[in-house]
Amino acid sequence: MTTVLPDAPTEVIAPATQAGRRTELPARAPASDAPETRRALTGVRFSDLMRLVGAAAASFALTWWAFSQLLPLQGVLGFIVTCFALFVIIFGVLVSLDESGPTVKDRVISVFVHGIGVLMLLALSSVVVFTIVRGWDSLFHGNFWIMDMSATGPLDGLDSGGILYAIIGTLIMIAIALAISVPLGILTAVFLSEVPGRYAKFVRTVVEAMTALPSIVAGLFIYASVVLILGFERSGFAASLAMTVMMLPIIIRSADVVLRLVPGNLKEASLALGASQWRTVWNVTLPTARSGLTTAVILGTARGIGETSPVLLTAGTTTFFNVNPFSGPMVSLPLATFNFVKSPEPTMIARGFGTAVVLMLLVIVLFALARVIGGRGAGVLSPRQLRKRRLESVHDLERITRGERAEADRPTVEQASVDAVAQAAAVAAAERLVARSRRGRRRKDDSE
Amino acid sequence: MVMIDPVQAEPQPEPDTQTEPQPEMQTPDVPRVLAANTGLSDRIFRGVARTGGTIVLLVMLLVGVFLLYNGYKAISVAGFGFLTTQAWEPNNGDFGIAAVLSGTFFIALTAIAIAVPLALGTALYINEYAPRGIKRALISVVDLMAAIPSVVYGLWGLFFLQPLILPFSQWLATYLGWIPILSAPNFDPSDPLASPTLFTSSTFIAGIVVALMVAPIASSIMREVFSQTPLGEREGALALGATRWGVIRSVVLPFSQGGIIGGTMLGLGRALGETIAVYLIISPVFIIQPHILEKGANSISALIALRYNEASALEISALMAAGLALFLVTLAVNFGASTIIARSRSGASSEG
Repeated sequence: MTTVLPDAPTEVIAPATQAGRRTELPARAPASDAPETRRALTGVRFSDLMRLVGAAAASFALTWWAFSQLLPLQGVLGFIVTCFALFVIIFGVLVSLDESGPTVKDRVISVFVHGIGVLMLLALSSVVVFTIVRGWDSLFHGNFWIMDMSATGPLDGLDSGGILYAIIGTLIMIAIALAISVPLGILTAVFLSEVPGRYAKFVRTVVEAMTALPSIVAGLFIYASVVLILGFERSGFAASLAMTVMMLPIIIRSADVVLRLVPGNLKEASLALGASQWRTVWNVTLPTARSGLTTAVILGTARGIGETSPVLLTAGTTTFFNVNPFSGPMVSLPLATFNFVKSPEPTMIARGFGTAVVLMLLVIVLFALARVIGGRGAGVLSPRQLRKRRLESVHDLERITRGERAEADRPTVEQASVDAVAQAAAVAAAERLVARSRRGRRRKDDSE
Repeated sequence: MVMIDPVQAEPQPEPDTQTEPQPEMQTPDVPRVLAANTGLSDRIFRGVARTGGTIVLLVMLLVGVFLLYNGYKAISVAGFGFLTTQAWEPNNGDFGIAAVLSGTFFIALTAIAIAVPLALGTALYINEYAPRGIKRALISVVDLMAAIPSVVYGLWGLFFLQPLILPFSQWLATYLGWIPILSAPNFDPSDPLASPTLFTSSTFIAGIVVALMVAPIASSIMREVFSQTPLGEREGALALGATRWGVIRSVVLPFSQGGIIGGTMLGLGRALGETIAVYLIISPVFIIQPHILEKGANSISALIALRYNEASALEISALMAAGLALFLVTLAVNFGASTIIARSRSGASSEG
């Protein structure tokens, strides 16, 4: 801090300097008008860089030598593990040559944490890349996207058969599951957050318990009840019921969290204006939480689409197109993947990977959608919503001034419209200001 | 809130006036009954909401009751042996979950042992070390990986990981075989012709795949908690001269203890219930198999997926009972996790 002290303290100290001269104050730095420059607190020093490079080269060479000349070791995985372990050790030794104890610990652990982070990201990206590479061939056959597998034998090449029946099956199943679980789920979440009481608490406890339900057990429940006891055949509808049982608790739980985040003062303001509770929920709570609710639903959908086991038990197996969810077996994308890779034929396995890529794309699209919609917290508006809101308030203002004009002494039309425009401009400016500060705050939040 | 003390608010009777205090002044204030006059629309709304909640409650209870009711038949046939028998032959009346339940735990614990260091390191890296520019992207990647379907991980484990890991398994069994769980009795290190296929389809491989599945989930919970560490305490540690690791060890980790344990247990819950990835990799055995490197493993969910199809009525009931056992274990783990997360200091600053 280089705040300039007021003059008073120096005058107090002055007699003391005459008496004993015990404390020496450093000369005050000449006040300059130049803005303070920020010191760089982090950054990479040249020696750090050299240590990293040196340790990396040494560990690589040592591992190479050990693997090819010294020890009966083999395998890519073993190479990487040994190399990393040697790297950490050599780096630690290098740092300890000219740094103190805590610094050595700090650097070694930093390298270690970086290593784990990179390892995890490598492993995760290998999952995605490997699936895409193995499925690449099947993706570029047009028939893969528009045919079913009914006329394709296990030995046929990739230019025959396709997975459109599984894509359609997935879409139908998830549509039915959503048609049941979204209204019911959001209604229940509203019930949990708006009608509190002992009963709601009990429902919440049960719902939270059911998020622990393994998906295969949800499938087994529908299989045993709907298929075996009620006597329905295995069908797309049974599969979507199993998906619903699995998705409902997930959607309710996250929607409940989102609804509880709606600021209480918004609801109170609405109630204080005389709105009924129902109006408050419909016009204030739900619109405020809209983005969060959408995210909850989309993430639940991604979970539901990807689950194999409930569908495996309830949907049956087919290689034909089936667009009727109520009769005949129906296949979804994960189930088709599962069935393909159980076959020993390489072309079938390639199809399985292709199907997995399509499934992954679907999930990624859903996820990106959730990010775009749900990136904002409750009550924070997008630029478009802000524009819309501003336009509405200008209209409101016009309406109000028109009413005033009718009552009052009818000032000249020009005068009133000039007033309205000025006020509208003021409102717009204020809102722009608010928006900017919000954006700034968001940016700050991101950077933290 | 301004609460007016009723005793002080009561007007004191003037001493010099003859008027006696009013009798109702002396009776203590009874709280008024605040009955809001809810309109018709609100009553309908509450009724509808309550109905929705009740439907969900009924469905959820039905699942539990149904599992219990159906499973009870099988448990009453098997008796106490249900917990101790390893074989699974319900049609002969000889069945139990000793093998599959222990197998489930072996896979889940292997997964957690691998996933927790990975998740912890990744969460620390993203929250403490990663450059600002890529932080958001990394968070998105980890969250996305938590949403990738399990069948994709299963494919990866079966076709990518398994061939790569066999030499590593062999190496572990050769040099670390003296650790009980890493031993492989059927493997002879001195035999140069020993086939590494002994190490395929093992608990270890299934555990790694499940670990990779649950690590993103655990990691994103842990990161969430790390990011809530109070800035003041961080700055305090820095001002006292702590290194970055010093801040993590003395501020971030103690603050996030509850979140770390909770994230781990939620991951454990997911790992216990995982079906397809495990099913694709393991070759099922019905004995307690504590040698995690050796071929042969089992889990309850894989058992259900394997046997539901040609099952007799009793076998379905037995599968229900096994599913009930799995559900109860997962339930206990999840409740433990949410209790720990709720009790801990983590997230205390998240309000407002």
